[in-house]
Amino acid sequence: MFRKILVAIIFLSYLVMPIAVMAEEAQAPAGQPAAAAAPAPAAAPAPPPKIDSGDTAWVLTSTALVLLMTAPGLALFYGGMVRKKNVLGTIMQSFIILCVISVQWVLWGYSLAFGPDKGGIIGGLEWLGLNGVGLDPNPDYAATIPHQVFMAFQMMFAVITPALITGAFAERMKFSTFLVFTVLWATFVYDPIAHWVWGLSGGKGWLNNLGALDFAGGTVVHISSGVSALAAAIVLGRRKGYMTDIMAPHNLPMTVLGAALLWFGWFGFNAGSALTAGALATSAFVVTNTATAAAALAWMFAEWIQRGKPTVLGAASGAVAGLVAITPASGFVGPMASIVIGVGAGVICYMAASLLKPLLGYDDSLDAFGVHGIGGTWGAIATGLFATTAINPAGANGLFFGNPGQVGKQFIAVLASWVWAFVITFILLKVLDWTMGLRVSQDEEVEGLDLTQHGESGYSS
Amino acid sequence: MKKIEAIIKPFKLDEVKKALNDIHIEGMTVTEVKGFGRQKGHTELYRGAEYAVDFLPKIKIEVVTTEETAAKVVDAIQNTAKTGKIGDGKIFVSAIEETVRIRTGERGKEAL
Repeated sequence: MFRKILVAIIFLSYLVMPIAVMAEEAQAPAGQPAAAAAPAPAAAPAPPPKIDSGDTAWVLTSTALVLLMTAPGLALFYGGMVRKKNVLGTIMQSFIILCVISVQWVLWGYSLAFGPDKGGIIGGLEWLGLNGVGLDPNPDYAATIPHQVFMAFQMMFAVITPALITGAFAERMKFSTFLVFTVLWATFVYDPIAHWVWGLSGGKGWLNNLGALDFAGGTVVHISSGVSALAAAIVLGRRKGYMTDIMAPHNLPMTVLGAALLWFGWFGFNAGSALTAGALATSAFVVTNTATAAAALAWMFAEWIQRGKPTVLGAASGAVAGLVAITPASGFVGPMASIVIGVGAGVICYMAASLLKPLLGYDDSLDAFGVHGIGGTWGAIATGLFATTAINPAGANGLFFGNPGQVGKQFIAVLASWVWAFVITFILLKVLDWTMGLRVSQDEEVEGLDLTQHGESGYSS
Repeated sequence: MKKIEAIIKPFKLDEVKKALNDIHIEGMTVTEVKGFGRQKGHTELYRGAEYAVDFLPKIKIEVVTTEETAAKVVDAIQNTAKTGKIGDGKIFVSAIEETVRIRTGERGKEAL
């Protein structure tokens, strides 16, 4: 009992301290010199855009970092959490999405998401096959780096997003249907939402126009994938033996390695989203790391208090929840706010994964919804609470900095992403279920995806 | 001839092997097994999902020896594998009808 109280006090101090410091910061707003150097993307169309080698080097590096999140990062994070017989099938889903979307993006994905605006809803087909997407900068998106660098950076976002969903249908989805679903989902869910939030060519996407803030993809990447994951868990149904058989992770060291690689790659995801190598990237880097650490601690303490043990899987999951939640806020909030966002993410996502899921009974196998859907929603709303133009003058102030209206804008962005992602994913999966079949047969599910889908085993025995 | 099968705690294997060497037992078969008796399993917790793990890892040692040494083998195992706590395991002794050394075709005690 005494130990529990002690743990609770340490935990609460994490929550209270940053709020107190933030209150002081609000009274002395001169504390952030970062403002001066932050970019103003829409400015200066007159002089011909000039490529900056530092910016280009940073965004190229960030592109590679974000790739790392999917192919070893997420693949290992998810791979360790499934049973031994499905390790290859799970890793393969992330790996092959990297390949499928890399091609889809170049052919038509980039054009739909970032191409010339059509009514704020979708990009046009003018940039099909990267037609006109060359090596000169496109000042609408990034004035100091070649357009193709921006395209490649965004490609890696388009890659990881469907890979996140695979956590919801792990251990039971047919590989052939999964491939078709990936292409359809990227085209009909990801590309439109990315356009709504980030589209800037020849007109703004409608959520962008509304003034909703999403620095690195809280709505586009995490809400869209997380909510689609919920739809997938509902349409596919539970795994055979769910709630009765032991479905413990087969290799937690693999999962922790994956989580650490996600963390590492996420610096590219968030700090890279500054699209310049300077003050804004630095600020995003610092809040990303801080929120992640706070969230890992929060999940660990929450589970420790509630269930009596500080689990390794809990710490790793908390870190990912923190990364998710800080994503939309990373370019708009300061370090103290990032601690609050992180602690919130750790506790809320812990409750979603371990309390809400069993209560509602859906089998979101690896908690793609619990972590990305719920964590992304918290992050998007929290951005409306803690954003400040002292960090990024191109952004906006949030509720705690005198602009309560921002929360409403964030809420609309969240709601729109939720509805679109859920409804379209639900329809896509239903159609695929009728035409190709979503699940492997019961026998195949028992035997495992590795042998039945790929004809291989992860481990010789 | 007798066969002695002992289920012991895994970390006791080296001690038991040494004790058997000391009484000139020159061969044994060792298997990693799982099972449970009075020692209860444990629970594992993954993101709120709680699993009861009943089967605990144990080591099974099989030794075939003469009637005369069988009692010494049983004593040696019992003395070295004992921790005094629930879960130390069991020893089973049974009669063996025949033994054949595959390489030479020797039979009975000669083959041990």
